[in-house]
Amino acid sequence: MSEPVIEIRNLNVDYGLGDQAVHAIRDVSLTLHRGEVLGLAGESGSGKSTLAYGMTRLLPPPGVITGGEVIYHPEKGDPYDVLSLTDRQLQAFRWAETAIVFQGAMNSLNPVHKISTQLTDVLRAHDPKMSENSRNARAREMLKLVGIAPDRMDAYPHQLSGGMRQRVMIGMALILQPQVVIMDEPTTALDVVMQRQILGQLVELRERLGFSVIFITHDLSLLVEFSNRIAIMYGGRIVEEAPAAAIYRDALHPYSSGLLGSFPALRGPRRELTGIPGSPPDLKGMPSGCSFHPRCPKAFEPCSSKIPVLTPHGDRSVACWLVES
Amino acid sequence: MKYFLQRVSFYLFTAWAAITLNFLIPRMIPGDPVQALVTKYQGQLSSQAIDSLYVLFGLNKDANLWEEYVSYWKQLLTGDLGLSFTFFPTPVSEIISSSLPWTLLLVGITTVISFLLGTGLGVLAGWRRGSWTDGLLPVTTFLSSVPYFWLGIIAIYLLTGPDSFFPSSGGFDAGLVPAFDQYFIPSAIQHSLLPALTILISSVSGWILSMRNMMVTVSSEDYITVAHAKGLSDRRVAMSYAARNALLPNVSGFALSLGFIVGGTLLVEIVFSYPGVGFQLFQALGASDYPLMQGIFLIITISVLVANLLADIAYLLLDPRTRKEG
Repeated sequence: MSEPVIEIRNLNVDYGLGDQAVHAIRDVSLTLHRGEVLGLAGESGSGKSTLAYGMTRLLPPPGVITGGEVIYHPEKGDPYDVLSLTDRQLQAFRWAETAIVFQGAMNSLNPVHKISTQLTDVLRAHDPKMSENSRNARAREMLKLVGIAPDRMDAYPHQLSGGMRQRVMIGMALILQPQVVIMDEPTTALDVVMQRQILGQLVELRERLGFSVIFITHDLSLLVEFSNRIAIMYGGRIVEEAPAAAIYRDALHPYSSGLLGSFPALRGPRRELTGIPGSPPDLKGMPSGCSFHPRCPKAFEPCSSKIPVLTPHGDRSVACWLVES
Repeated sequence: MKYFLQRVSFYLFTAWAAITLNFLIPRMIPGDPVQALVTKYQGQLSSQAIDSLYVLFGLNKDANLWEEYVSYWKQLLTGDLGLSFTFFPTPVSEIISSSLPWTLLLVGITTVISFLLGTGLGVLAGWRRGSWTDGLLPVTTFLSSVPYFWLGIIAIYLLTGPDSFFPSSGGFDAGLVPAFDQYFIPSAIQHSLLPALTILISSVSGWILSMRNMMVTVSSEDYITVAHAKGLSDRRVAMSYAARNALLPNVSGFALSLGFIVGGTLLVEIVFSYPGVGFQLFQALGASDYPLMQGIFLIITISVLVANLLADIAYLLLDPRTRKEG
């Protein structure tokens, strides 16, 4: 496996302070390698987006990072902890090293500024010496890259369709050639045809430019097709992490197989869809032991009392007593 | 451009309707201003003088309504608003043009300052919410609910007196003649301080509150998170992304309040006996001076309409979504 780009170590994120705090992310460790697409899946409220916001320090209040490290390995130079950067360093780090494509394709662009303004102000913030002409040229280039006619530079967001807006966002994410692009459900707001078009384009761009991707979605079938490795989150923890094909072939955690059973596969033979009974846990009152045990069809004796730890099994790891025994 | 023309024609229509109403309403009010004047002179007017007063006031009983309406428009277009009853025979236009600058300067300047100050503070309070600025909010809520004329009365009671720097009434020292010289201008400024402060204190809180709330709403928009993620400076995110969007409702509020500059602070002018349009209107009301009232209402109507038009233009400039394609 190639060298890591981002290592998340024992990250903990709370919403709120003190006794009222809700633990949204518990002890999550995850490594993104250079050039890979890492999928992050789970139901709503499992902490996928919180993880993405936490590692980039974009958590909206009352979100607080209560522990852990996010080690970033720049292309040249020594690795450093993103969580201990000063505000100024953080500003320089953002977008230049890790860019994000957010889930709200419709609201990610400022409605009162032209596309060109929003593309070039990133360049101005990160490289004040760049001339206006070269900034505009760069913005045009990015639009062309994502398949939007450069004469749309002077358009306002409301003059573009949802798909076009999301492509502008992808172009904007790549404008500083970041090492890592975090995609937080980038295609949820779009129709299925547009979804595949944009993802196809993304795969192509990634092969050309060589950035790594953290792809967050609840659509596991999409991940199986587009990512190298998949991490499944449940109740703020990673319960299973494995190569995409391995998860698809035989998921070790009952939750992963439950998730897989609830989506129709994009390819392959027809099979009956099953759901996962019950609903995601309330982060305020997490079940004892393995947080999935009340919904787990295979729950047995230790599940309700002891929390399983994520333990490696070859090139994959899983947190389940079933596998331990 | 088409949208703009549409708006302009809409306002022209509204202006026509308002002026027509302005013509009709005094004619529907029961009572006769000439009779009022006759009573005022306690029967010392000859019947010949009374007849000529009817003609002068345009209350000629022989003319029908339509002819009166046409001649009213003719007068309006030549800038003739009739003669005032109370200051007979001074033309209404002359009275208004002598009191209008007072109101425009006092209320105009304070409205602009109040908007700028309030919006600025609102941006700060909204962006830094959770800090000490939140402590200001109860104060602003309190101040915005205090009627400004009451604040004026309190200010007069507490701050004016024989030895005080602040004069309690009037627009300038009684011994001075209005002119742009070194005696008159400082006196006018000194007289305007207290009314200006009163208006400022009571109106600035409204701007702070509305701007802060809009800032808080806008701050949770996705594009603000994107702007942060882009590594833009905090200042740029606050100004160009958050405040720029939060400003939109406040700008239309501001344009509307410009329309109320002329008539809106009647009570402050009454409290301070300030020689502005509001004070004039108050006097006209007391004396049943219909031509003067009509003239002042006309000015107020027109200024509200112009302010609305300005609000539309400002919105066109500030919010690209309101611009129609083509």
